[in-house]
Amino acid sequence: MTARLETNLEATRRDYLEAEKRFARRVVICAGTGCMANGALKVFKALHEQARERGIRLEIELDYEDERDKAGLLTRSGCQGFCQMGPLLSIEPDGILYCGVKPGDVLEIIEGVESGRPVERLLYRVPATGQVCRGHGDIPFYAQQQRTVLKACGSLDPENLREYIARGGYFAARKALTEMTDEQVCQEILEAGLRGRGGGGFPTGRKWELTRVQPKGKKYVVCNGDEGDPGAFMDRSVMEGNPHAVLEGMMICARAIGADEGYVYVRAEYPLAVARVRKAVKDAEAAGLLGDDIFGSGQSFRVHVMEGAGAFVCGEETALLASIEGRRGMPMPKPPFPAQSGLNGKPTVINNVETLASVPLILANGAAWYRGIGTEKSPGTKTFALTGHVANTGLIEVPFGATLRKIVFDVGGGVTRKDGAIDETAFKAVQIGGPSGGCLTREHLDLPMDFDGLLAMGAMVGSGGLVVMNQETCMVQVAKFFMQFTQNESCGKCVPCREGTKQMLVLLDDITEGRATEATLPLLEQLARNVKIGSLCGLGKTAPNPVLSTLKHFRDEYEAHVRRKVCPSRACKSLRTPEIDPALCKGCTLCGRRCPVGAIHGERKAPHTIDAATCIRCGACVAACKFNAISGI
Amino acid sequence: MLTVETEAPETARQFTSVLRILESFDHDRSKLVPILQAVQEEYRYLPEEVMTFVATALDIPPARVYGVATFYSHFALEPKGKYVVRICDGTACHVKGSQDIADALVESLKLPRGKRTTPDMLFTLETVSCLGACGLAPAVVVNDEVHGQMDPERTRALIDRIRAEEAQ
Repeated sequence: MTARLETNLEATRRDYLEAEKRFARRVVICAGTGCMANGALKVFKALHEQARERGIRLEIELDYEDERDKAGLLTRSGCQGFCQMGPLLSIEPDGILYCGVKPGDVLEIIEGVESGRPVERLLYRVPATGQVCRGHGDIPFYAQQQRTVLKACGSLDPENLREYIARGGYFAARKALTEMTDEQVCQEILEAGLRGRGGGGFPTGRKWELTRVQPKGKKYVVCNGDEGDPGAFMDRSVMEGNPHAVLEGMMICARAIGADEGYVYVRAEYPLAVARVRKAVKDAEAAGLLGDDIFGSGQSFRVHVMEGAGAFVCGEETALLASIEGRRGMPMPKPPFPAQSGLNGKPTVINNVETLASVPLILANGAAWYRGIGTEKSPGTKTFALTGHVANTGLIEVPFGATLRKIVFDVGGGVTRKDGAIDETAFKAVQIGGPSGGCLTREHLDLPMDFDGLLAMGAMVGSGGLVVMNQETCMVQVAKFFMQFTQNESCGKCVPCREGTKQMLVLLDDITEGRATEATLPLLEQLARNVKIGSLCGLGKTAPNPVLSTLKHFRDEYEAHVRRKVCPSRACKSLRTPEIDPALCKGCTLCGRRCPVGAIHGERKAPHTIDAATCIRCGACVAACKFNAISGI
Repeated sequence: MLTVETEAPETARQFTSVLRILESFDHDRSKLVPILQAVQEEYRYLPEEVMTFVATALDIPPARVYGVATFYSHFALEPKGKYVVRICDGTACHVKGSQDIADALVESLKLPRGKRTTPDMLFTLETVSCLGACGLAPAVVVNDEVHGQMDPERTRALIDRIRAEEAQ
C-alpha cells in the first residue's frame, strides 16, 4: 500500500491514522526558534541515535508500508510557547512534559519510559511553590490558557502536510470551495464576529464582503506576516508551527472574495517562518491543494511567499502592498481602501496571520461555537507574547475578556524583581500593543481585556505584545524607547510623523538627561496630539500613544525628572547622584587617584565623598573600588 | 530615452550571477526587492555598479533602485563582515538589559568610532528592533544562530570563541 496524498482528504487521513496506530508513543520535541536556539535539534538527534543503539524502534518517519508495531514516533513541533523553559520534549500518551532537555539527558529519558517513572529533575517545578508538574495539564502556564489557534502549533509537525490533513486540516477549505457560495463564506465569518488580529480589530467578514462585491476580475489575498512590533512573536510562532492553517485560511478567503492569487509577506528576521511557509506552499501545490480546479470546484489559487527587507512601516497595509510591487514601502492615503484598489490596483484583502489561522477553525466548528468564546464584541481568543519581568515568559492564548491579573499572575506566574525573584509587590505596569499601544497599571488589573475595553483604557490590543515591567523600570525611559523606535522606523513621507517624532524624542531626551524645564511637558503633550491627528498612516497616528499613556498614568514620575531632576526608579544615568557609602568605604584612596577630574576627596582610612557637581560620571571610580561602595554612576 | 546595451560581452562576463538572478525573476521589475535580496546574498552587500546594472536591465531609473536599497534596513551599501552580529533591542530584550550587551559588544569588537564593521572584515555589529525571540531575551544573533538569555560576560566569551576559531 502506498500513502495516498491527493485532494481525497478522507483517504489521506485514514492512511495516516492507520499508520500512526502502530506506534506505541509519540515523542514531540519543540522546534520553534526559541527551543532550536537552545539546542532542540541536538536533543532530537541524540534521542534518535541512543534509541537505535539500544535497539528501540523510535522512528522519525511514519512508514505507511511497515505494518509492525513500533515503540514510538519521534517528531518535531512548532513553538509550544514556553520558550524560556526550552528545549521542551513531550511524551504521549503518558502526558509527560520535560523542560530544558539536553542531549546528555536522553538516556535517562529512555529509561524513564521503560520503567514508567518519569525523570523528575526534568519536570517543571512551579517557582513559587516548588510543586512538580508532570505534564501540560498541571503546569499553571498551560492550564490557565485556552489554546485554539495555538493548539495545533505545539503538537503537529509543521512540515508534514499529511499530519495536518489527518487532524482535520483542509476539510474547512473544501467545504468553502465545494459546498458554500462566496456570500455564505463571508456571512459565516461575519456572524462569527472575527476581528482583525493585526491591531485595528476591523471585522474580517466585513472586509471580505467589501472586496467580494467589487466587480469580478483579478483579486488578491495577502497575508500580513510582517510582525514588526518589538516584543511580539505570535505570528512568527503560528507561521512556524502551523503554516498550513494560514494557507487554508487564505484559500477560504480566496473563495469568499473570488481571488486566484495570494501573497504571504513574512518578515526577514524570521528565517524559520519563511522556510516553513515556503515548504507548506510547495507541498500544498504538489498535493493539488493549491493550483487549478482545487477539489474539482473550478477555483484556482496560487500563493507566493515574499520576504520582507526590514521596514517596520511595511506592516501598514498600503506600505506592504507597495513593497510587494517593488517600491519603497511607503503608505498611501486611504481611501481608496485596498478592498477597492489594492495590489496592482486590484481589490485586495489583507489579513493578519492569526486572523487567517482562525478562519478554518470557524468554518469547521461554526460561527456559534466561535461566538461562545470571548466577549460579545470581541469573540474568540487572542494570542499574546508575554515577556519582560514575569516568571513565565512565552507565547500564550486566552479568551478575550480575560483580565490582566489572570495573564500576569496566573499564566505568567507573577512579576519578577531585577534579581529574578518573584515579588507580588514588584508589579508596576504592562505595556500592551508595542509602539502603538499604551501602558496598563495596577488599577487595570481586574478589567476584562478586549478590543473596546482596551481602547477605553487608553491602550490597544495592537498585535499582542505584553511586556511586564517591575518597579525598577523608569516609565519615561519606556516612552523614550518606543519613541526612538518609531522615529527610526518613520518612513519620512509625512511631516508630522517624520519631524514630530524626532522633536518628541528630543524632548524626552531632555527629560531623562535633566535638561527639561516647566515648558517641556506641556509642549510634549501638544506635539503628541498634533502628531496623532496629522500623520498619514497608523504608524504616526499611534506613535504618541506610549508617551500619552505614560504621561497619564505616571505623570508624577515625569514631574520628578523635570522639577527635582530625580529618576524615582534610579534608571536614568544622568539623574543619579554619585555617592560613596561611608559604611563600605575603607578609605583606600584608590578612587580619588583614579578620578580624572578630582571630584573625590577624603583622608586615608576615612570614608571619602564625591562632589556631584564636578563628577563627570565616567565610572573610573566604580571600576577601581574593591568594596562596591560607590553608587549612582 | 537613453538605453544602455546590457548584453555587452564584457559586462555579461562580469555580472554573470546578476544576470542569472535577473533571469530567475523574469526581469520583472515588481520583483525588485527579492532581486536585490538575491544580489545581496551573492555579494553580501549591494555594490553601486551592480545596482546601476540591475536598473538598466529592468529599464528603470537607477534612482529607483537606490531608493529601494536605502529604504529597507536589510540592504547594505557597504561590505559586511564575515560574522554579522545582531543585538536585539526589542522591548523584552531592552528591559532585560540589551544595552549592557551592546556596550560589551562594542568594547570587545573594538569597533572604530562610527564604524559598524571591524577593519579585519570579520565582524559587523547591527542593532535590530526585534528578532521575535523574546522568550529568550536578551538575544544576540550571529549570522543565523540565535543565542538567548545573554549577558555581557557570555557575549564577550562568544566573540572570543569565534575569534579563536578564526585564528586557527
